[in-house]
Amino acid sequence: MNGFFDLPSDLQHSYLGLIGLHLREALLPVLAGLLLSLPVAQLCARFRWLYPPVLGVTTVLYAIPSLAFFVILIDYTGQSEMTVMIPLAVYSLVVLVPAIVDGVRSVPPETLAAAEAMGLGAVRRYLQVQLPIAVPAIIAGLRVATVSSISLVSVGMLIGNQGALGNMLNDANLYHRPELAVNSVVTTALLAILVDAALVLTRNLLTPWMPKKGAAR
Amino acid sequence: MIRIDSVTKRYSDGTVAVDRLSLDIPDRAITVLVGPSGCGKTTTLRMINRMVEPSEGSILLDGADIRQQPVNSLRRSMGYVIQNAGLFQHRTVIDNIITVPRLLGWSKGKARERAAELMERVGLDSSLAKRYPYQLSGGQQQRVGVARALAADPPVLLMDEPFSAVDPVVRKGLQDELLRIQDELGKTIVFVTHDIDEAVKLGTMVAVLRTGGHLAQFAPPAELLTAPADPFVEDFLGADRGIRRLSFFPSDALELETGPIVPLDADATRLTPRGGAPYLLVTDADGRPLGWGEPGALTAGAIDTGRLLSHGRPFRPGTDSLRTALDGAVLSPTGWAVAVDGEGRAVGVVSQAAIGEAIRTAHSEDRPEVTAAG
Repeated sequence: MNGFFDLPSDLQHSYLGLIGLHLREALLPVLAGLLLSLPVAQLCARFRWLYPPVLGVTTVLYAIPSLAFFVILIDYTGQSEMTVMIPLAVYSLVVLVPAIVDGVRSVPPETLAAAEAMGLGAVRRYLQVQLPIAVPAIIAGLRVATVSSISLVSVGMLIGNQGALGNMLNDANLYHRPELAVNSVVTTALLAILVDAALVLTRNLLTPWMPKKGAAR
Repeated sequence: MIRIDSVTKRYSDGTVAVDRLSLDIPDRAITVLVGPSGCGKTTTLRMINRMVEPSEGSILLDGADIRQQPVNSLRRSMGYVIQNAGLFQHRTVIDNIITVPRLLGWSKGKARERAAELMERVGLDSSLAKRYPYQLSGGQQQRVGVARALAADPPVLLMDEPFSAVDPVVRKGLQDELLRIQDELGKTIVFVTHDIDEAVKLGTMVAVLRTGGHLAQFAPPAELLTAPADPFVEDFLGADRGIRRLSFFPSDALELETGPIVPLDADATRLTPRGGAPYLLVTDADGRPLGWGEPGALTAGAIDTGRLLSHGRPFRPGTDSLRTALDGAVLSPTGWAVAVDGEGRAVGVVSQAAIGEAIRTAHSEDRPEVTAAG
């Protein structure tokens, strides 16, 4: 029972189970962050004065150590996944808000004017023109946010084994099984690479209209 | 008819973009708004589809105030072409073109059928339908822009400096194409440009605006060139308005001489000065002009075409204007212009002096012909 993939029973998960848990704890916060960033970024793009203070707030939030977050949240959400995921969602804003604002601003003014002149109302202009054209910038932001989130989940180990793959680090220490630590680190890195690749693939599928690199018209 | 009725646009910082402007824009004709930057021409255009709301005054479309109908339905009834085309870069050519028909609830099939028809009309190959904008040249993008504006067959077309970002050769092609399309469709077009040559070429009526949004003159282009209302308009028209005005005089009144035209294989008796011309125009077997030669220097049966003098650019009597004829005469070192028919065969020659005479005659007539443009 000392194989590379044999996990101590206190982890309460198989290897694959831990991977699933890790992905859930890492990706749900980014999704929540995206859903929160979209309207915030749209407001920032529309009212320019709002952008600097919003950037300031997201940066300050990002500077709060996760442990401090846990201490505050544990009173409300206990030693749960939620306590891990809330800080991660908050951290993702620092990347996602500027990415979406840049993306929405990258729409050429004449394209927007043409859309308005053709009788697309504000909602249609946002959903059918600004958002699709912002997709490359949004996905660029998602890539950074996701990879960072996948690595940060491990910290959840500190609040009662809520760190998914990170929990293996603790067990490596407890049971003197360094291979568990190696497994944790390698698997986390692989997850990050695979999810990143999936995002790149998604972007390529969503944006057939982007000029291909190196191919002139 | 679009009636702009003493419209003023004042921004909150006090700048006046348009100042008590009144214009009656005729139906089924091209009305050009021209002027230097800051003259309010684009603002005026954008007030017609309510992208800008006037501070004072009103705009009437066929007698009804444009504020009476919902803004988006008003806009969908007016095609709009913008500088750099403003295409949706994330949609294919065909999906760009069907934007307004889809908004109006046309079925996808009907809209696509219409788009295919329009691509042909604006001179786009059907193989481009599935391309994305980045795969097109600037000129092609602008053609898509025009097709997109025409898609729902709106009676009114608003064009905001549509051709100013393409190179001069492509621009000329697009202008000619617009005139051809207009001949076929007869839209009410309001066209904004800062290029007076473009205004004179395209406009049925030209409104010259000056900085601060004042109307300086509103007249057909020929009248503008003949009688500029004030020094500003005169200055804006440029130094060669006299020459450009010749564009509006037809060349069919010119008396052509056929005597000096000789074929390449002419015998010695033909190679003598004829008519008033000191030179002979040598043509090839099909009658196309090759160049001018001095009668004494030409050897019968062995004319050296390499030594002939250039014949300038030939003009087509009736189709081309006196400007083109004069240009041909000025271009040739002989001072004579060559007239050709539709197949490029020489049908006569005419001297600068004779063209000058025709210009004087045309001037003495009260108003120039406004029908012949170009």
